[in-house]
Amino acid sequence: MFELIGVSPQALFGQLLLGLINGAFYALLSLGLAVIFGMMNVINFTHGAQYMMGAFCAWMLLNYAGVPYWGALVLAPIVVGSTGVLIERLFISRLYHLDHLYGLLLTFGLALVIEGVFRSQYGISGLPYGNPLPGGTNLGFMFLPWYRGWVVVVSLAVCLATWFLIEKTRLGSYLRAATERPDLVQAFGINVPRMITLTYGFGVGLAALAGVLAAPIYAIKPDIGANLIIVVFAVVVIGGMGSIMGSILTGFGLGILEGLTKVFYPEASNTVIFVVMAIVLMLRPQGLFGTPR
Amino acid sequence: MPEAQLAVREVHGWYGESHVLHGMSFEVAAGEVVTLLGRNGAGKTSTMRAIMGMLPQRTGSIAFEGRELIGLSSNRIARAGIAYCPEERGIFASLNVRENLMLPPVVKPGGFGIEQIYALFPNLRERSTSQGAQLSGGEQQMLAIARILRTGAKLLLLDEPTEGLAPVIVQHIGEAIRTLRRQGFTILLVEQNFRFAATVADRHYVVEYGRVIDMIPNSALPTYREKLQSYLGV
Ligand SMILES: Nc1ncnc2c1ncn2[C@@H]1O[C@H](COP(=O)(O)OP(=O)(O)O)[C@@H](O)[C@H]1O
Ligand SMILES: [Mg+2]
Repeated sequence: MFELIGVSPQALFGQLLLGLINGAFYALLSLGLAVIFGMMNVINFTHGAQYMMGAFCAWMLLNYAGVPYWGALVLAPIVVGSTGVLIERLFISRLYHLDHLYGLLLTFGLALVIEGVFRSQYGISGLPYGNPLPGGTNLGFMFLPWYRGWVVVVSLAVCLATWFLIEKTRLGSYLRAATERPDLVQAFGINVPRMITLTYGFGVGLAALAGVLAAPIYAIKPDIGANLIIVVFAVVVIGGMGSIMGSILTGFGLGILEGLTKVFYPEASNTVIFVVMAIVLMLRPQGLFGTPR
Repeated sequence: MPEAQLAVREVHGWYGESHVLHGMSFEVAAGEVVTLLGRNGAGKTSTMRAIMGMLPQRTGSIAFEGRELIGLSSNRIARAGIAYCPEERGIFASLNVRENLMLPPVVKPGGFGIEQIYALFPNLRERSTSQGAQLSGGEQQMLAIARILRTGAKLLLLDEPTEGLAPVIVQHIGEAIRTLRRQGFTILLVEQNFRFAATVADRHYVVEYGRVIDMIPNSALPTYREKLQSYLGV
C-alpha cells in the first residue's frame, strides 16, 4: 500500500509523529490563549514570550539551582505563572474598562521587552538542555523516541484536564458564568477580580509548561516564542477564539496536517496552516469551533 | 416594629454623572415581606443594586443585621447573607439548569436542599439538563429565584419577579413567595403590579425620584387605593 502512494512507512509515520509533537505545542499554547481570551477578553500577545520564559526557567533552575527536568516541569509553570499574576495585577487589570486594543498593545509591548531582556542576558545562539528521557523503542513501522512520546502524552493529558476543569467542574462554571455576567457572579459571593488574575496566571503557566516541554527538543533562544506564536495565532483563528475543546482539536489536527503535508507536498509544509486559515476565514470567519459574536 | 434586619438610611447613588438615588431610606424587619412600589425609572432596581454593592457609586448607610455594608464589595455583601434575583433574571445562557442552580456558593448554613427547591419549582427538575438559553421566561424566573434559595441567605432581593409572565405563572410565583415567608425568609420585593404585591407583602414603600415618599401597611391598602393609583400613575 505504501508503495502505491510512493512514500515509505518510516517517512510517513516519522512525519506524523513530528506533526503530532508540533500539534502538542500548538494545542497547549492555543489552549492558554483561549482560556485567557474567554475569561478576560484579552488577546495575550505576551504568550510566546511566556513560553520562552518557561524554557529559560527550566534551564536556569537546572544551571543555577540544580533542579532537574522533572522538578522544572512543575516549578517553571508556577514561577512563570506567578509573573503572569503580577503582570495582570500591575498592568492588565487597569485596562479592562478600555478598548481591547489597549490590552493587545500592552501585551505586545511586554513581549518585546521580555524578549529584549533575555536577548541581552543570554544572546541569541541558544542554550542546550539535556534530554531527560534518552532512547526509544522500535514500533516495527517506526522508531519512537521516548521523550517525543512523553511530550504528546503530557500535552494531551494537560489539555484534557483543563477542558474538564472548565467545562465540568464547579470552578469552571464560575469561570463560564463570569464571562457572561461578572457583576452578577460577584454578587453571588465570588471574588471575580481574583479569579481573573488566577486565570491569567493559569494560562501563562500553560505557556510555560509548553516551554519546559520544548527545552530538551529545541535550542533555548529568546526568539523561540516569537516564531512559534505566529503559527499559534493562526491555529487560534482557525479553531475560533475562546473555545476550549476547539483549540485542543485544532492544535493537534493542524500539527498532523502539517506533518502529512511534509510527506506528500513538502514545498507547502510551512504555509499549509496559513492556507487553511485563509480558507476558514472565507467560509467560517468565526473559526471552526467559534460562535459568532 | 421589631429591630430592622435591613436598614437603608439616606442612600444616594450615581451612575457616572447621573444621580439616581436621592436619600433612599426604609427598613425591613426579619421575616417580613416588603415591597418597593413605584413607576418605571423611580429607582427601585438601583436601590437593590445599591444594597448589593453593584451601583458604581453610593453613599449613606445600609446596615444588615447591624453590620454596615456601604463600602463592601458585592462578593462580601453576598457572603453577609443577602441574595439577589435581578430584574433581567441573569440566567447564564451557556450553563445548563443544574449548573445555574448550583452556581451561587453557599454562604450560610440552613439554605434549601435541592429536593426542597424541586418541590417548590417542579419544572426545574425536568429541565435540569437544558441550557439556560432554552428556558421560557417563566422557567428562567423560577430558576433565578430557586438558585438563591440554596445559599443560606436570609434576605432575598427579588426584582420584579412577575414581570411579563402569564397569570398562571404569576400565581405560582406568588405561592412560592408565601411559602418562603412561612419558612422565615425576609424578602424585599420590587413590584409594579400592586394587586400582586397585595397578595404577598406585609408592607409597601412607595418610591419616587430615588426616595421613599410613603409607607403603606398591607392591611391599609384598600383605603390607599386611589392615592396609590396616583403615585403609580395607573
Ligand atoms: N446602567 C445605568 N446607567 C445610567 N443610568 C441608569 C442605569 N440604570 C438605570 N439608570 C437610570 O436610573 C434611574 C432609575 O432607574 P431604575 O433604578 O432602573 O428604576 P426602576 O427599577 O424603578 O424602574 C432611571 O432614570 C434610569 O434611567
Ligand atoms: Mg427596575
